[in-house]
Amino acid sequence: MESAAIQISNLNFHYTENSGVVFKDFNLNIAEGERFGLLGPNGAGKTTLMNLMTGVLQANGGNIKLLGKEISEEKKVKKLFGFVPQHHSFYQELSPAENLEFFGAWAGLNRKEIKERTKELLAVLGLSNVADKPVSKFSGGMKNRVNLAIGVIHRPQILFLDEPTTGVDVQTRHAIVDYLKELNKAGTTLIYTSHHLTEAESLCTKVALIDEGKIIAQNDLQTLLQEHKQDGLEGLFLNLTGRSYRDS
Amino acid sequence: MYKLYTAVLKELRIMLRDKAALAVMFLMPVLLVVVITSIQNSSLKMINDNTVPMLVCNRDGGESSLQFIDALKKIGMFDLQKADSSLTDKQLTDSMHAKDALIAVVVPQGFSSALKSKSQNITGKALTEFGMSVKTEQDTVIRKTPPVAMFYNPVLQESFRLSVNGALKSAQQFTENRAVLQALYLSMSNKKLPDSLEQQILNNKSVITQIPTAKDGSRKIPNATQHNVPAWTIFAMFFIVVSLSTNVVKEKISGSSIRLKTLPTSFILNLAAKQITYIVVTLAQVLVIFSIGIFLFPYISLPKLVLPENLGSLFLVSIVCGWCAVSYGILIGVYAKSIEQAIGFGAVSVVILAAIGGIVVPSFAMPESLHLLMKISPLHWCMEAYNTLFLENGYVKNVLVSLFPILLIILIMQLVAVAGLKKQRLI
Repeated sequence: MESAAIQISNLNFHYTENSGVVFKDFNLNIAEGERFGLLGPNGAGKTTLMNLMTGVLQANGGNIKLLGKEISEEKKVKKLFGFVPQHHSFYQELSPAENLEFFGAWAGLNRKEIKERTKELLAVLGLSNVADKPVSKFSGGMKNRVNLAIGVIHRPQILFLDEPTTGVDVQTRHAIVDYLKELNKAGTTLIYTSHHLTEAESLCTKVALIDEGKIIAQNDLQTLLQEHKQDGLEGLFLNLTGRSYRDS
Repeated sequence: MYKLYTAVLKELRIMLRDKAALAVMFLMPVLLVVVITSIQNSSLKMINDNTVPMLVCNRDGGESSLQFIDALKKIGMFDLQKADSSLTDKQLTDSMHAKDALIAVVVPQGFSSALKSKSQNITGKALTEFGMSVKTEQDTVIRKTPPVAMFYNPVLQESFRLSVNGALKSAQQFTENRAVLQALYLSMSNKKLPDSLEQQILNNKSVITQIPTAKDGSRKIPNATQHNVPAWTIFAMFFIVVSLSTNVVKEKISGSSIRLKTLPTSFILNLAAKQITYIVVTLAQVLVIFSIGIFLFPYISLPKLVLPENLGSLFLVSIVCGWCAVSYGILIGVYAKSIEQAIGFGAVSVVILAAIGGIVVPSFAMPESLHLLMKISPLHWCMEAYNTLFLENGYVKNVLVSLFPILLIILIMQLVAVAGLKKQRLI
């Protein structure tokens, strides 16, 4: 039996007492080594689920385990995963090298490890020639690559990616997807959300479609397409979630 | 320790690359302290060192009126300028404006004769009391001395106007006493009072020595520099809330705070790094502004800043005041939802707290109704602590009275900030 990277059981969550329930008795298992896509329309609960899995939000009930460790064991669990948020969550005034120095130290690396990883990551992500320039002067695609480098500096076993290619050109998107596949080959489990369904088709080995806080379909991509008699993920998506607006 | 080091380094790098924030933190307070000390120094000089121009219109011309004007001159407070006795009140006030005189005095017609009548009457009464029968004019009709009129420019402050009034009364009293003395001597000896005797009787040679006292018993005279340099240093320290609160808000808006929450290090360490960095900045502000007071002021004709002898206490007060300012910046940053909110509220609130805290106007000069409000301003307690050192040369035990309220304010601000971070799920 495959060991689980993530085990979510009977998860309950609401933002405030008066707000609606986001998740009720929600269950999800993700195996180690997967490239797992969490897909769904706006407001489905994808980002909330990612925030719960990374400990940014605390559940009102239920259980979340990462590689067998309870999410509440913060110090142990936080070393296991990396997080690449949707927005450029770093310091624009600093250079990529300076950002990596700070976030690397906070992820628990020492000075030597940071130096080595910074050199390696900047080279792999094509940022070596701008390593010491302030990020504020970078293009959107370059900023996305800095965002990704920070998320993986400590070689996490699980990597959460919240729409990592939003607003970037085709070249950058391909470069990021290729790098993520390399990471996965090296053993990193990827948990990924995106609205970019062709990208998800190319990257993910398994997908779960979430709508209104519930999983409406989950399997490897080919099985899902066959089950629902669809040629691609976009057709499957519209077939299962409908065509009406979700964020109006 | 390495994590704290990288966090402090990060804060320093961000701050040093923001040229506008550096100007607000260092250039603005230096300009403020130079400009305001210069203005206040010249005002104090005008009041303390210079005589005030005064027009004198003598419509009487008699002996007593001349003696009154002479007595007024001897007070030393006024630069007397003679106005034509034929001027009307309107012409006199026009002349005041033309000659930049803030005050004009009119000695009315009949001043000398009325004073003579009054003095002879008093002399007669006095001699009768002594049982001496000397013929005087006491039975004659006594004319009331017509009042001396004082015209003044409305810009003259109440306190200064009252001082001028007191000086005029003193001169008038002197003139009256002299007239009574002369009349009394003449009645008793049928001779004119000799000048030497008159001088001995009337000239009051006793002096009042005025000494400013300090807590350590020293007698340094406070000046505009000793007041303004610490005051505007405190203002500068608190004005860093604009830069610091913006920094905190930017971290929240960019999502860096959320990212930090996913890392195996407490977010509190990030706040500690910010506080350490910005406390160092406030100490640098103290160093820069005090150095301006010590080294630059003498070159621009301003009194040199004299540091208190107890430099340890000065460092303690500076670090506590800096920490208070930094705590306020963090508090605003935690609760502000946008950079605009942080800048707007931060800047305006510091100006208000400075105004009610005795930075702009000294606390003793503020209305009674504001005294309670003044005590809630952390800048007031910082000012009190610095005043104890700079104006009273106090020791650590003397500044503790002011440091305890500051520490209490810091504790409250830190707790409220942590509560805000918890509510925002950042810790």
